[in-house]
Amino acid sequence: MLRMENVSKTYRHRGQLVTALNEANAEIPDGDFVSIVGPSGSGKSTLLLMLGGMLSPSGGRVLLDDQSIYDLDSNRRAQLRKQKVGFVFQTFNLVPYLSAIENVQIPLYLVGRDVSSQQARAKDLLTRVGLSDRMHHKPCELSVGQQQRVALARMLANDPAVILADEPTGNLDPETSQQVIDFLEEVNREGRTVVMVTHDPRAAERAKRILRLDGGAIVSEKPGRTAHAAA
Amino acid sequence: MKLHTLVLREIFERKSQLLTSFLAILLGITVIVSIKNITYYSEKAVALEMDSLGANVLVLPKSATLQDYYAADMQGETIPEEYVTQLAMSDLAGLDNLSPKLSMPIELQGKSFTLTGILPKSEFQAKAAWSGAGIFSRPVGCGASVGMMGSEDKKTLARKRVIETLEDKEVLVGADVAAKLGLKEADTVDVLGRSFSVTAVLPQTGTVDDARIFAHLHVVQDLSNKGPVINAIEVIGCCQEISNGLVEKINRLLPDAKVVTITQIADAQIKINRMMSNLSLMFLVIIVFVGGASIANYMYANVFERRREIGTLMALGANSGLVLRIFLLKALILGVAGGIGGYVIGTILAVVLGPRLAGVIVLPMPMLALLAIGVSVALALVASYFPARRAARLDPCATFQEV
Repeated sequence: MLRMENVSKTYRHRGQLVTALNEANAEIPDGDFVSIVGPSGSGKSTLLLMLGGMLSPSGGRVLLDDQSIYDLDSNRRAQLRKQKVGFVFQTFNLVPYLSAIENVQIPLYLVGRDVSSQQARAKDLLTRVGLSDRMHHKPCELSVGQQQRVALARMLANDPAVILADEPTGNLDPETSQQVIDFLEEVNREGRTVVMVTHDPRAAERAKRILRLDGGAIVSEKPGRTAHAAA
Repeated sequence: MKLHTLVLREIFERKSQLLTSFLAILLGITVIVSIKNITYYSEKAVALEMDSLGANVLVLPKSATLQDYYAADMQGETIPEEYVTQLAMSDLAGLDNLSPKLSMPIELQGKSFTLTGILPKSEFQAKAAWSGAGIFSRPVGCGASVGMMGSEDKKTLARKRVIETLEDKEVLVGADVAAKLGLKEADTVDVLGRSFSVTAVLPQTGTVDDARIFAHLHVVQDLSNKGPVINAIEVIGCCQEISNGLVEKINRLLPDAKVVTITQIADAQIKINRMMSNLSLMFLVIIVFVGGASIANYMYANVFERRREIGTLMALGANSGLVLRIFLLKALILGVAGGIGGYVIGTILAVVLGPRLAGVIVLPMPMLALLAIGVSVALALVASYFPARRAARLDPCATFQEV
């Protein structure tokens, strides 16, 4: 379970105090699929990074499985991330000089798995996302959609319980966007919690719940299409 | 995936950016290795040259004047033989060998020669042994007399100025003496009423030594009735030690004697060696500043360029220690490659250019590889530490454009 309790984030930018999050509260149970929507600058990405233990709040608490993330030091937060959290980014953030399979191996290397075990797991994941014939291609040799699929495979490498996706379809054509959302639904059905920040209303609708952020606060919550379908 | 895979892939992906820093460190190490290598063999050549010149420091009576270096012991004034013992037992560094002399004019078959008493080395050893100190318990400083100990060839006296053993009834005769008196080895010659066996005929030297007959010092002291005195002590001193004030130190030890050296020869060689040493030091300073600045600059740029990648690694669970290790391992690889490359190129340059620049044959020195790699690695690590630390402290959020 992910929980935010009165979380605020303020920072100074060119002498002005900017409030990115303002007393935000949210509870995301295990297995949930939540879309976070809102205008640019509303604090969506800030909230996502905070849930991932990457950005400490100015006030309030963020809890993952009842553990207050920011009571841990940075190295223990890194440990927590590699065990429980999978990130996927709008710009994929693949390491440009590594091949697809090596990119997927990174999280496995970080948890200390041996090379042959890393390679076996990375091959399985790339096959799952349909890239079995592109394993040794570098990101620059892959299409945008293929790059995002490598990022999805990397996201699943350590079998995380929580998936945090920041605009995962932002750089993709509609067809590939559809495939990515399908994939996120698939991993959600496996029992993983998915939190997705998006500008795309159609992508947001695929979640179980949609949280709207504005001015750093969660201003509304409504069920998504998946929830409707289930109902 | 391993740490070194991650680092090596990045190096080869962006090798052109690394090239400038690598060249800076490579050239610096190359120059240091070349100069050190040539200097070493130049110093060795100087030591051998000094050795071939024989003694390079003379201890004389205070009133003596130095008209002829090789005839400095033929002026009549004397100093106590005890001075030899004092020198032998002192802790002065750089005294490779001592050769005390007492000379007196003699006539043989109507021809004038010089009878010179010398003290064989075995008697110094006996004198110094009881105290466990002195020049014979010291390691040989400059290598000038390497191979002298244990040499049985008495003819080496002409060049080495020191002899290992000499019995009371033995003499060595100079080339002119042998020619004029028709003497050869194992002949017998009568000097001042005593009969001596010719142990060796010394090779021609072109100096007054050719007209000398060398006998044991104590025998000459008896024949001259002068008691335990000598005219001069010839000292083979290390070139470097002479420049570091050996003459002054001997003067302090023996205040009633005059100490002189072949300053022109020693000074010229020492100046060249000092210049090479200073040049080497200067290049070391330049490489530290230029090479270090170049590496640090490159590393800072590299950290800036890779901030998104660092942020991604951190998002995937990398801690700051791993990020630090990534950059320091890269610096280590850069340092080792620069050190090995610099050693190889520097050695080739030294071997090729040594004979032309310094007039000496230069051979590769494996020890310099350690120096080259040590300096190179230390420089690369120190210059990269702060950029690496900056990378490790990056705020991962700030590295994503999405924020």
